[in-house]
Amino acid sequence: MAENKVKKVAVNTTINGEEMDILVDPYVSLLETLREVVGITGTKEGCNDGNCGACTVNLDGRIVDSCLVLGVEVEGKNIETVEGMANPDGLHPLQQAFLEEAALQCGICTPGFLVSAKALLDNEPDPSEERIRHWLAGNLCRCTGYDKIVKAVTKASKESK
Amino acid sequence: MVSTPENKNYKVIGTRPIRHDGYDKVTGRAQYGADIKLPGMLTGAVARSPYAHAKIKSIDTSEAEKMDGVFAVMTAKDLPRLGDVVRGNSEESGSEKHLSENVMAFDKVLYKGHVVAAVAAKDQNTAFEAVKKIKVDYEVLKPVIDVDQAMAKDASILHEDYSGDHLGKKVKNTNIAAHVRHENGDIDNGFEKSDLVVEKEVDMQTVHQGYLEPHSGTAVWDEEDRVKVWTSTQGSFAVRDSVSKVLDLDVSRVKVTPMEIGGGFGGKIPIYLEPISAVLSKKTRRPVKTLMSRTDVFDATGPGPGGKVKVKIGIDSEGKILAAYADIRLEAGAYPEAFIEAAAKCVFSCYDVPSMKIDAYDVVVNKPSSAPYRAPASPQVAFATETVVDEICNIKGYDPIDFRLKNVAEKGTRTALGPKYRTIGLKECLEAAKDSDHWKSNLDSNPKPGKKRGRGIASGYWFNIGFKSSVNLSLNPDGKVALIEGSTDIGGSRASIAMQAAEVLGIPAEDVRPSVVDTDSIGITDVTGGSRTTYATGYAAYNAAHKLIEQIIEKSALKWDINKDQIEYSDGVVKSKADSELKMTLKEIADDPPGGPIVSSASVDLEEAGGGFAVHIADLEIDEETGKTDIVNYTAIQDVGKAIHPSYVEGQMQGGAAQGIGWALNEEYFMSDDGIMLNSSYLDYRMPTSLDLPMINTIMVEVPSEEHPYGVRGVGEPPIVPPVPAIGNAINNALGLRLLSTPMKPSRITEALKRKK
Amino acid sequence: MHPFNYYAPETVEEAIEILSKYGDRARCLAGGTDVLVQARGEKFELDAIVDIKKIPQLTKLEWTDSYLIVGAATPCHILYEDSKVCEVFPGIVDSAFLIGGIQIQSRASLGGNLCNASPSADAICSLIVHEVICEIAGPKGVREIPVEDMCTGPGKNALTEGEFLVSLKIPLKKGEFSASYERFIPRNEMDIAVAAVASSVELSDGKVSSCRVALAAVGPTPIFAKEASELLVGKEPTHENIKKVSEKAKDIASPIADMRGTVEHRKDLIKVLTRRTIEKALERAGG
Repeated sequence: MAENKVKKVAVNTTINGEEMDILVDPYVSLLETLREVVGITGTKEGCNDGNCGACTVNLDGRIVDSCLVLGVEVEGKNIETVEGMANPDGLHPLQQAFLEEAALQCGICTPGFLVSAKALLDNEPDPSEERIRHWLAGNLCRCTGYDKIVKAVTKASKESK
Repeated sequence: MVSTPENKNYKVIGTRPIRHDGYDKVTGRAQYGADIKLPGMLTGAVARSPYAHAKIKSIDTSEAEKMDGVFAVMTAKDLPRLGDVVRGNSEESGSEKHLSENVMAFDKVLYKGHVVAAVAAKDQNTAFEAVKKIKVDYEVLKPVIDVDQAMAKDASILHEDYSGDHLGKKVKNTNIAAHVRHENGDIDNGFEKSDLVVEKEVDMQTVHQGYLEPHSGTAVWDEEDRVKVWTSTQGSFAVRDSVSKVLDLDVSRVKVTPMEIGGGFGGKIPIYLEPISAVLSKKTRRPVKTLMSRTDVFDATGPGPGGKVKVKIGIDSEGKILAAYADIRLEAGAYPEAFIEAAAKCVFSCYDVPSMKIDAYDVVVNKPSSAPYRAPASPQVAFATETVVDEICNIKGYDPIDFRLKNVAEKGTRTALGPKYRTIGLKECLEAAKDSDHWKSNLDSNPKPGKKRGRGIASGYWFNIGFKSSVNLSLNPDGKVALIEGSTDIGGSRASIAMQAAEVLGIPAEDVRPSVVDTDSIGITDVTGGSRTTYATGYAAYNAAHKLIEQIIEKSALKWDINKDQIEYSDGVVKSKADSELKMTLKEIADDPPGGPIVSSASVDLEEAGGGFAVHIADLEIDEETGKTDIVNYTAIQDVGKAIHPSYVEGQMQGGAAQGIGWALNEEYFMSDDGIMLNSSYLDYRMPTSLDLPMINTIMVEVPSEEHPYGVRGVGEPPIVPPVPAIGNAINNALGLRLLSTPMKPSRITEALKRKK
Repeated sequence: MHPFNYYAPETVEEAIEILSKYGDRARCLAGGTDVLVQARGEKFELDAIVDIKKIPQLTKLEWTDSYLIVGAATPCHILYEDSKVCEVFPGIVDSAFLIGGIQIQSRASLGGNLCNASPSADAICSLIVHEVICEIAGPKGVREIPVEDMCTGPGKNALTEGEFLVSLKIPLKKGEFSASYERFIPRNEMDIAVAAVASSVELSDGKVSSCRVALAAVGPTPIFAKEASELLVGKEPTHENIKKVSEKAKDIASPIADMRGTVEHRKDLIKVLTRRTIEKALERAGG
């Protein structure tokens, strides 16, 4: 078989509000692109096959597992990661609620949960417990049993009203 | 919260401040194992055995070495051969030889995924492609994958060169690495006198700790033969110890910097990739980072032992236990150590048993070498004991809490391994359970057609280890305190340790800033495991804070030129007892203390914290047509000694319960006959999602430990012990069926229902 | 992973050209939730991945007089967030709502689920009971095949070299028609079906004028259980008659035992789910 020549691709994209030009291998995931090319490591790898949600990012208003998106696919798109949630004035209400409710133990799944939960509250300001549990079912947590995470999301939804 | 008399007026302890490391963890700034990037860093990747049991005939790495972008290739030939010297730390033990062979196989692979070679390359993809070009010639052997196969007469032997210890006798050619026995009193007589004897055997599949962060290991080996390691671990000193052994270096040549740790539950105590990255770095003189995939994690790390446990209990006509016997056979995985001593300690721990005998077997099988998993071996034995107890209650019509209270272990009760309990809180937990809204609530046993509900209760125990910890404190010029510790923070221990120092100093928790540092920067500290961290490192912080106060008083005495007996300290203010004008805040004394800065340091080596007990109540609903089980109400009750940060204590109770629920219902290593785990992904391993659990009610019972100034007991492990039997008992309550194997999955429930009909 | 190039054609013709050039060393990329995982594994190597989402018709929903035409790469959430789709095709929505979690549903498509041809696919049974027609484009032009002919084995589909699935045409029914899809999983989310059933019914004068039952995870491909379906046609939808269909469906199921379930459990589940989905479809159809 002839060697398949693969060249890096220039991609123009916006990450947490910052437009940037990056050069990526066409077979590399968005997750690896964020961590290795852009150099932001808040987005975590837990399984690399779309079953844990630790790599959740917001892509043009929808949450996706960034391990199942190619870096080259994000040309012209808007990406939000955990690093974009707080602003210089302070934390996002969800981040604050996670701290106050002790909704994290080891913290590795936390960025994914925060990005997922933010997308929920952006569209549904007052979700029920059942709705929160359904929305977050694509994010695994092995430490908390989810109890305090659900409570933190509920708290943030009440407080951001 | 249920609280016992000692209601001290704590200022910091028992409050719920925001954890010190929280901001980094909600903003993505926190650096975990895989997040490290060093200048010139290469990526490592390992070649793993596709077979569960095979001899390595030869390894050809030449094709991989020739690849563009490959910098180095290694095999076990690059590691020193170590002897059968016993080694260990506070949570795991074994021989140096086995430690090394588990990192990389020399002559034989003992489980699918066993590492046989490694590569360092310019990037991850190149490293993976190079690994595919390593050719290994295997002679495939028959694997043994459970205790029955491994203990069979004609079983294929894993370690031909190893002698098992069978009740003190050395035995060759066996997969039973150890057989131990503990005896107390005359059980034959006890069973003879019994009015009722119930015996059950349970069979548990191997499970995994399931932490979300895969393992990693990054290392630099410099020209002076000093090795720097960055890794995600439960114990940086345990890693230092293990890495130095595998590489045959003095411990002082190895420096381990712990990264933030994305979960462990015991599974991040062993080392895997760290020595490999180190050797690859030695060959390239560049930093090397090696990561595991999720499948690697399932195939080759952890797991918690599966096995078989038989328990027999005899009671008299009054419902008092007279005798108990246990036969415990646990899978160690590829190398010995299935925590059978812990199993023996835990099996009858909740009861006052006048005569008992325990036989426990440590059995090697062709699965990854088992690692501690949250109260290692206690859930396995509790499943058997608590099932038997439930059956006794059913047969005799006893209330399950009253029976447990009648036979409850308490202060002075003799334990399986000999010593008597000091103050423990099982009785208080059972009373709290009895008094709980959950226990008092009615259960609708047949809520709708085809659905059955049941309630189960079970208790559980973990002994909570002590061991070594070190803490340094220094008073900064602004009057705040820097706390330096060596306990890696797996779920809020920076906060619970800093809070104990803050309580002593009488200052807010936020004014003590904890840092977890590398092994060159703090005294030896044992692993974050065994529920020891808040207890032992907290104790060191308590001692260091008292020493800091001594320093503050001494320096104030020098400054004021008065006798130090004349000085008292409280709540961040030092003052003269005699002269009310002489008064300084911490900031004032810290500004320019005579004779140099104010620092202190303390270390401890502690006994066990006094046992921790938990009682769980589970209500579940079963769809009889499909066998699907849903947990509808769950309450975890636990003697927590003293809850330093109650939110994180509740978190431990809820998290432990959630893991136990997963273990009970769905989680397992589903093995092929060839010893291959077929469900080595999150998709098919089936850990609980947020939709699979209800809110988990917690009742913290506080019976202070006698071993700790604030009564801390350790809280992380007891909550994983009761869920499996509590759920088994609830299923029995719903359907009148005893499921004696985990997982109690839907197909097992429907099969059992059919058999019943 | 074997390095591959990325192409994002904007027309069907362009896509055919690239796919033809690379043959079996190229795959289409819709949501990527299957193909990217597989490309990282050992099963196959790719030299090219062809992102078809930039071809406008591939991500569109279009209502005609006779069909709802769903672009093959349309992500699941577009379907369940569309109130008209929910009203007219609740059975299709059942599937779209069950594939993965929210993150997966942002990307995964019915077309991708179909072409991936997994025996346990959540969408395929629903497509079968809706008599969906696959519109396939290739070097020789466009052809249409019934969806039940699409899967030819585990992971294998009827596409030939240079071809790809452009859209799914879901026929609009005039009468009292509805459908339902239900799968059994041990957890409540994020699992692969242990067994699954889709059923559709059409009612006329209190009798079932047409019925289709399809089964997943109980054979090498999703199965159109024709013989079971026919048992209800022309009959009143009584418990007794539905029971006959479920028992027949159970007979048709020929599962294997694996880590996800046993043979016996899977067959039993088929019977239960057939009954439940027919009842649900009847309820939805207004019966």
